[in-house]
Amino acid sequence: MLKQVEGSIGVAEAIGLCRPDLVCAYPITPQTHIVEGLADMVRKGKIKSNCQYINVESEFAALSVCIGSSATGVRSYTATSSQGLLFMAEAVYNAAGMRLPIVMTIGNRAIGGPINIWNDQSDSMSMRDAGWIQIHAETNQEAGDLHIQAFKIAEQLSIPVMVCVDGFLLTHAYEQIESSTQEQVDEFLPPFKPMQALDCDNPMSMGAMVGPEAFMEVRALNIAHFDNAIEPIQKISEEFEKIFGRKAGGLYEHYNSEDADTVVVSLGSVNGTVKDIIDEYKKDNVSIGSFKIGCYRPFPGKQIVEQLKHAKRIIVVEKDIFAGVGGCLANDMTVAFKDTDVKIYSVIGGLGGRPIFKKSLIKILDRGMKDELEDLSFIDLDQSLVEREITREDLFMTKAV
Amino acid sequence: MSTELKPGFCQTGDLTAGNRLQSIDVVSVQSQEDRANSLTSGHRACQGCGEALGARMAIDKVMELSKNKVHVVNATGCLEVFTTPFPETSWNVPWLHSLFGNAPAVATGVQAALKAKGMEDVTVIAQGGDGSTVDIGFGCLSGMFERNDDVLYICYDNEAYMNTGVQRSGATPPTARTATTPLSGPHPGNNFGQGKNVPKIAMAHGIGYVATATIANVRDLEAKVAKAMSMKGARYLHIHVPCPLGWGSLPKDTIKLARLAVESGLYPLFEGEHGVITGVTKIRKKVPVDEYLKLQRRFTHLFKKGADTDDLAGVQAIADAHIKYYGLLDDGDK
Repeated sequence: MLKQVEGSIGVAEAIGLCRPDLVCAYPITPQTHIVEGLADMVRKGKIKSNCQYINVESEFAALSVCIGSSATGVRSYTATSSQGLLFMAEAVYNAAGMRLPIVMTIGNRAIGGPINIWNDQSDSMSMRDAGWIQIHAETNQEAGDLHIQAFKIAEQLSIPVMVCVDGFLLTHAYEQIESSTQEQVDEFLPPFKPMQALDCDNPMSMGAMVGPEAFMEVRALNIAHFDNAIEPIQKISEEFEKIFGRKAGGLYEHYNSEDADTVVVSLGSVNGTVKDIIDEYKKDNVSIGSFKIGCYRPFPGKQIVEQLKHAKRIIVVEKDIFAGVGGCLANDMTVAFKDTDVKIYSVIGGLGGRPIFKKSLIKILDRGMKDELEDLSFIDLDQSLVEREITREDLFMTKAV
Repeated sequence: MSTELKPGFCQTGDLTAGNRLQSIDVVSVQSQEDRANSLTSGHRACQGCGEALGARMAIDKVMELSKNKVHVVNATGCLEVFTTPFPETSWNVPWLHSLFGNAPAVATGVQAALKAKGMEDVTVIAQGGDGSTVDIGFGCLSGMFERNDDVLYICYDNEAYMNTGVQRSGATPPTARTATTPLSGPHPGNNFGQGKNVPKIAMAHGIGYVATATIANVRDLEAKVAKAMSMKGARYLHIHVPCPLGWGSLPKDTIKLARLAVESGLYPLFEGEHGVITGVTKIRKKVPVDEYLKLQRRFTHLFKKGADTDDLAGVQAIADAHIKYYGLLDDGDK
C-alpha cells in the first residue's frame, strides 16, 4: 500500500513491524520523530510484542539500557544523531565489543562546534570504526526497508547495526512509500535467538576483564567476524527483494556506471541529486555514471574495485570532513584503489546543512572529467573568506608575539 | 532492626558476623553452610577486602530470598576487576559488566527485558563502588531512581578510587589522604565542605527504600537486603566497606574499622522509605573519632606534632552532627 508519510514515521512503522521488545531513547541532541512515533505505537499497543518504551536521561543511558536488554536476550532499538551519538560513544564501542545485536538509527547531522543541528554525515562517520555495521539509505522507502534488514543482519551475525538516514532531507521529508505488512516482515525476520544471554539456569559472566594474555585474540576475532559480514549483508538484501518485491540495501548500486569513464561515488540521499545530473549527461552521451555505496562498514573495498576498476576517474562526493583525514569515504576509496590506475578525487559538500545544488555539482563534475580538479575540493565554499580569515589570524598572532 | 536477639544465648551480641547460637530463623545466611556462595573463593581481592565481604553478604542474601533467581549488573571497578579476570570468574550468578558509568541504565535494560520475557520473578541487582555510584555513574543512577525501575542498586563505599591507586572520589571524607588529595599545603588531605551524600540524594528521589549498612553488622545488612527485596521499584543500599590498601589499615582491622565508623557517628546507619527516615541504628557505645582514624594511615597527619587541631576537630564535628541529625544516641547518653 502506498502512503504519503514523513520519513521518520515511515521508519517508525517499519521498526514496529519488526516486533522490538525494547525501544529506548533520549528525546534530544538531536532526535527525530522516529522515537516519538514508536512511543505512540507502544502506548496504543500497535506493536505485536511486549514492547516497552523507556524514557531516559541521556543518549549514554539510552544505549546502555539497550546493552542490558540485548544481553538479556530481547530485540532492542535506539536512535540518535550528532552530539547524542558522541555522548554515547563509550557505549557504542562497548556494544560492538560485546557483540550485542542492537539496531540504531542515525538521523545524520553535523557535529560541533560550532553547534549546528542540520544535515551532514560527520556524526556516523565519527563512529565508522567502532565495530558497528553502517548502512545508508538513499530514500525514505529504503530507510524503512533497511531497518527491517538491519535486525536480521544484526541478529544473524551478532553485530550491532547503524542505519544512517540523512537528517531533515529524509527524516523530515514527506514522500510516498510502500509500506510493508506484518506477514511479509514475519516471513523475512525470524524471532531473535541470542548467541548468548543472561540465564539463571546457566549463570555466566559477561563482560569480564581481559588482560594482555588474551586481549589481542579477542580483538582479532571480533574484527574477523566484522569483516565476514559483507557477504551476508548482500545476501539478506537479496532475500528481502524476494519477499517484498522491491530492492533495498545491499553493498552497492550502479547507475549508468557499469562501463562509464567517470563515476561519482556517494552515500545516502545525495545520490538522488547525482542521478538527476547523470540523466542530463546521458542525453549528451557523456560517459559518466553514479555508484551508490549502501554498506559503508564493513567497507566492501574489494567488491567496489571489482565493479569500478574500468573507470578512468572516481569523484567521491561526501558530506563529512575530518582533521588529518579529509573525506572519510574518499580516504577509504583511495586505500581500496591503491593498486589500480583509477584517479580518486575527493569532493566535500553539504556540511552543516548547506544544500548541494545541481548546478554547483555539475561545475565540479565538468572539471573532474577534464582532470582539472584538485585532489580535494569543496562544493560552494567561499574560499576567499577562508583565506581572508587565515591572513587576519596570522597577523593577529604575529602582533601577539 | 527487625531481627530479634535472644540475649541469653548470645555470646558476643550482634557485633560478630554470623551467630550460630541463634535460632535458625534469625541466624545470618552467612553463617549457614548451605548459603549460595554467590561470590566464591579464588578471586583476586586484597587480604581483608571489605568490598568482597560486603558483596558476598548482600548477594548471598538476595540469592536466598530470590531462590537463586537473580541477574547482577556490575559497574567497572575493584569488584569487577578482582572477580572476573578472563577466563575466570568468581560469580555463581548471571553477571553482566558493561562500563564504569552505566550500571544503573544497563540494569534498567535487563529488567525491561525480563519483563518482556514474562520473567519478572527474577531480581535485578546493579552494583558498584563509590566512584561509579556517586561520581561517573550518578546521572544514570538518578535516572533509574526517577523512573522507579525495579532494580536494587547496591553501592560498596570504600571512600575513594581504590582500583586505580587511591584517588579521591565524591565519597572521600574530609582530611583523608589520597593520591589526588596529597599531604601538602596548610590543610593536607581532602577538603572540608565537599562530597556527596548519595543515600540522602536517593531519599530525595522519593524511591521506595533507601538504607545504609555495614559489613560489621551482618544481620542488620541482611535484614536491609530482605526489606529491600520485599518491595518493587527502585531501591538503594549503601554499604560501608573498609579498604586496607586505600586506607592504610591492617587487613585484620577491616570489621573493627567498619564498626568504629558506626560507633563514632561518622557512618550513620539508617533506613528510609519514600523520602522519610523510618529507622536508625542507635550507637551502643560512642567512641571519639580518634579511635577510628588512628587505625588508618590516610589520617596519620591529623595526629602528627604541629598538625592543625582544627582538622581533627572538624572530623569530630561531622560525627557529632550526624549523631544529632539522625538521633543516634539514646537521650541519656548525650
